[in-house]
Amino acid sequence: MSTTNYIGKPTSRVDGPAKVTGAAKYAAEFNVPNLAYGYVVSSAVTKGKITKIYTDEILAIAGVLQVFSHENVPSLAWLDRSYKDDVAPGGSPFRPLHSAEVKFNMQPVAVVVAETFEVARYAASLLRIDYDVVEHATDLEAKRDDGYKPGGGKTGWMPPPAPRGNPNDALQNAAHRVEGEFIHQAQHHNPMEMFATTVEWLGDKKLKVYDKTQGAFNSQQYVTKIFGLSKDNVQVISKYTGGGFGSGLRPQYQLFLAVLASLELKRSVRVSLTRQQMFSFGHRPHTLQYLALGANEDGSLAAVHHHALAETSQFEDFTENVVNWSGMLYQCDNVKLTYELAKLDVFTPLDMRAPGAATGSFALEIAMDELAYKAGLDPLEFRLRNYAARDQNADKPFSSKKLRECYHEGAAKFGWAKRTPEPRSMRDGSQLVGWGVGGGVWDASQQKAAASASLNVDGKLTVKSGSNEIGTGTYTIMTQIAAETMGLPLEAVTFELGDTALPEAPLQGGSWTAASVGSGVKAACDALGEKLLKLAQKMEDSPLKGVTYKDVQFVNGQIRLYSDPTQAVVIRDILPANGQEKLEADGSASPDMARQSQYSLHAHNAVFVEVKVDEDLGTVHVTRVVNAVAAGRILNPKTARSQVLGSVVWGISMAMMEESVMDHGFGRYMNHNYAEYHVPVCADIHDIDVVFVEEEDDIVNPLGVKGIGEVGLLGVAAAIANAVYHATGKRIRNLPISIGKLL
Amino acid sequence: MTKQTTQAPLGSPAIALPPTSVVTLKINGEERQLHIAPWTTLLDALREYLDLTGTKKGCDHGQCGACTVLVDGRRINSCLTLAVMQEGADITTIEGLGTEQNLHPLQQAFIDHDAFQCGYCTPGQICSAAALLTEGKAKTTAEIRELMSGNVCRCGAYTNIVAAIEEVLTTQKVQRHE
Amino acid sequence: MNSFTYTRATAVDAAVREKSAASSVRFVAGGTNLLDLMKENIERPTRLVDINHLPLKTIDGTPDGGLRLGALATNADTAWHAEVQRRYPLLSQAILAGASPQLRNMATNGGNLLQRTRCYYFYDLTTPCNKREPGSGCSAIGGYNRVCGVLGTSESCIATHPSDMCVALAALDATVQVTGKNGERTVRFADFHRLPEDQPQFDNTLAPDEIVTAIDLPNEDFSQHFSYLKLRDRTSYAFALVSVAAALQLDGTTIRDARLALGGVAHKPWRDAAAEDLLKGQPATEETFRKAATAVVQQAKGYGHNTFKIELAKRAIVRALKQAAEGTQTATDVFLNSNP
Repeated sequence: MSTTNYIGKPTSRVDGPAKVTGAAKYAAEFNVPNLAYGYVVSSAVTKGKITKIYTDEILAIAGVLQVFSHENVPSLAWLDRSYKDDVAPGGSPFRPLHSAEVKFNMQPVAVVVAETFEVARYAASLLRIDYDVVEHATDLEAKRDDGYKPGGGKTGWMPPPAPRGNPNDALQNAAHRVEGEFIHQAQHHNPMEMFATTVEWLGDKKLKVYDKTQGAFNSQQYVTKIFGLSKDNVQVISKYTGGGFGSGLRPQYQLFLAVLASLELKRSVRVSLTRQQMFSFGHRPHTLQYLALGANEDGSLAAVHHHALAETSQFEDFTENVVNWSGMLYQCDNVKLTYELAKLDVFTPLDMRAPGAATGSFALEIAMDELAYKAGLDPLEFRLRNYAARDQNADKPFSSKKLRECYHEGAAKFGWAKRTPEPRSMRDGSQLVGWGVGGGVWDASQQKAAASASLNVDGKLTVKSGSNEIGTGTYTIMTQIAAETMGLPLEAVTFELGDTALPEAPLQGGSWTAASVGSGVKAACDALGEKLLKLAQKMEDSPLKGVTYKDVQFVNGQIRLYSDPTQAVVIRDILPANGQEKLEADGSASPDMARQSQYSLHAHNAVFVEVKVDEDLGTVHVTRVVNAVAAGRILNPKTARSQVLGSVVWGISMAMMEESVMDHGFGRYMNHNYAEYHVPVCADIHDIDVVFVEEEDDIVNPLGVKGIGEVGLLGVAAAIANAVYHATGKRIRNLPISIGKLL
Repeated sequence: MTKQTTQAPLGSPAIALPPTSVVTLKINGEERQLHIAPWTTLLDALREYLDLTGTKKGCDHGQCGACTVLVDGRRINSCLTLAVMQEGADITTIEGLGTEQNLHPLQQAFIDHDAFQCGYCTPGQICSAAALLTEGKAKTTAEIRELMSGNVCRCGAYTNIVAAIEEVLTTQKVQRHE
Repeated sequence: MNSFTYTRATAVDAAVREKSAASSVRFVAGGTNLLDLMKENIERPTRLVDINHLPLKTIDGTPDGGLRLGALATNADTAWHAEVQRRYPLLSQAILAGASPQLRNMATNGGNLLQRTRCYYFYDLTTPCNKREPGSGCSAIGGYNRVCGVLGTSESCIATHPSDMCVALAALDATVQVTGKNGERTVRFADFHRLPEDQPQFDNTLAPDEIVTAIDLPNEDFSQHFSYLKLRDRTSYAFALVSVAAALQLDGTTIRDARLALGGVAHKPWRDAAAEDLLKGQPATEETFRKAATAVVQQAKGYGHNTFKIELAKRAIVRALKQAAEGTQTATDVFLNSNP
């Protein structure tokens, strides 16, 4: 793919018209006939036992069909493993309506199903429940001494590497030292679309399930295992997902409840959660981090100590890679990284955009800034001096790493050279101005993915893979890859996803979709191309006779000889000439482990931020951000830029606004709505520049892509905190940097 | 230590439900009749009773703007009004602004500027922007930002949303002067 | 949401009659707060009387040269009204600092006065709240009270009134016209809302049978020196942590008359006559402003998470007075927050 018509070109979303006209349908929007509505009743208490549920009065309300609770759920799968989804951490997954036990506040304890949404909502409000309540513990800060090393179990989790060098002595003897505690509270994904499932009952335990998820196959296997159904009878469809950010990686409980109600009532059922109930499941865990860094006189890092304590539930060990990054982002020979969990009476946390890394990089990148000041170095210069040319955690070379270019190109675009280092030294009228830098590193990974490609006699190509579209642009980039591979115009290509009837694709997450599904799509198209070439060679006077697939290129609707592009066959002519209506091929791609395992595969970024601070009033505006990203090949600069813009907004949000506030007396998140759980609005967002640093990498995967959904968030919150320090001389290590903290 | 507590019903169950009646709504120029009780919001009427699912439910409490529609040309949150209250009003939803074959200039600009990602807040953003254009209060970038702040976009597409609106605003200005 | 019946009222007296029929009857106008509360099951009316078709939408001059804002004029129509912008730009600024364009298009002036607190515990039925359920206790005291009040609080309640508009109306000495079974009466704005004391379930002094018909703005000129300063967790579409309405009349550099009202800090828009007296007759300097600010927060009491509001209020008062004295503010200056 050295010359390209589509890959790497800014391309408008192919699903754009559907989205801007409201034609794109999300899980709660399939208005199938004879639909009943379920409304979830959430526990008012945090821990204890339900002693009685008073359903009689509820069932007497006209239009109420049933109240499901632990009292009347039929016998379902017994073993924990039946409830484990693709990314379940170690432990025993939560089973909705399984027993009288209440394990966390807002636990779903019943679902009221009625003829209309309004009746279900009304009836749910009248349900009386008695509990025996026992004391709960929800405060991580009270569990500082109760941390434990988690066992394994969660996909993608790497325990911190063993200490290297002599971290204690090195820190002790360092010329410059910083240490401190860094805190962020729980944060909830809050995608715009609330979780919902519409189950269409097709008779005889056959279901069509429209689910809000980041993985249709994950939902399918969850449902089939728990309810003992065959995969042939459960089709899960998820054509559009109104934001995921990780929240849809695990099946949420409304899926269970909707399927349960549908099977029991033998009719179609929809269960939607409320915005309040969006605070009743997984979240970025409240995490306490301790960092101690030491530097030598020459500004080289002498020691890195990074410890994290994160919350998890009583029933699962949710783990994420928080501290590991601190052993690989910079060159350092003396490193100690530790990670612990503490069990609380909360729901199990859940991957949320750049899980672990967003948390770890916020702390590390502030600490690095502090140490730069201690060492008397510009924070950017300090990072460059400690540039890691090799991944010391894994002791492997990087397959590619253009972080240095990110620093340079980002700094140039931002105008970093004009920064005066002294805190409080820059002003704009009455406002203090601060400039800060940060950055990070994120895994480039690839999963196995399958796809199919089908060329119709009219020249239209349909490519399918059961991946998801959560806003990342999957429809568009897969269309580009297919069009490029087959040499067809974009308009001739349709890509289908989000359906378990399609070839299997992995969960949409981890920034691996472009690499994984993209490779699968390319494989399917290549397989189709080979078949097409064979048919072309059968044509009368074919100029392609005797050549192999390697000898030809698919471009401008033709198959051409590389050696002589005038020797060509028009693709549209091939099927008619062979009397065929359709030509199909399957393909799948897996990572080349033998090759990849010799390298460390990562994307990097560097973020430059300007803040303006009204010191009197404690207000901060993030007025300018430049985010330079090196993430391999950028398939579609237009949608990729949007991903990074969104990441910056997320970083601003994390730094300045987001926290799920729990009242530990009740064990309940109290700002559980969109008015009080603040995320940025339009007026909060000013100039954001995205720089994609060119990075070629044929090791990471044949497409050379590293994924772009997460890396852009890294270091943003830290860069903001660092800019606030530069503006005010105040170091905030406890997010969010809300108004009261700067007075 | 155990103590007993009750999640109390939020009122005494009234077994008699509110009567449904015929409500006539004028939506996208068309009169639509539906049989609903007073407790059906305009948003639920659109989504659940009329299959106009382009209008989105993002919070159901007026805190996100995803449900924005135009009532008599003015943008409102359809989740916070009852359908029955809008009898006699002229309601325009995203479906009435344009179609895939015949896009509204804002819809085209949103595509051109990649002013959305997941697409869930998008119909609300576009309805809101359409009203913003007719209101005529937003002239500067800062004013667009402020007057588009009633529409939350969790994907963070604000930069491109503002660019898309600015483009249409400028084009309209040019057209007005021609 | 519970079940209810619905009627449309076409005349004020008929509306009052319907409302008086039972305590569970509610008027619905914009619906922006009532429907929200009904979905939360905090309000459970059995009957809704839609008053949107009452003839109370106009904004007209009053005989004494003031301006009458119809109770059913929307917040948006009021904020953008030419006369309001020209003569009472402080009010425009305050309204435009609140909610969102969509909500301002729905919310009415009367409804704005009657909106209920945003205290987390009031909004969450699983927690005790004296305002919602008298006698059940106040969860905010000792709980997460960052959004709660620091002035005029009681042992029963530390909730705040969330309105921006009302802060300006308080500063401008507006009056509220109400009609009930026993006829019409005029309520001074300062007497309309109340402090929680031991009856936090009552936000205001409106009788159950009464309806707000209009808000009158007096014939006074604070159009040259004013500022509505709102501090919140994001630039827009968020309730005030602290807001200040400041309005001055100046003779040269001497303050002839001064108005100062605070939002986000108390159960009602907070006026402090003593602090205003400290401004009157004094030079419009930072020192004067500081004295007034210090006086306002003298009796303030923090509850932990919200203690920062005391210092913030002090600084915000000084800033707002400074901005007012400079006289450079316009009716729509709130938009400048979006471009620092």
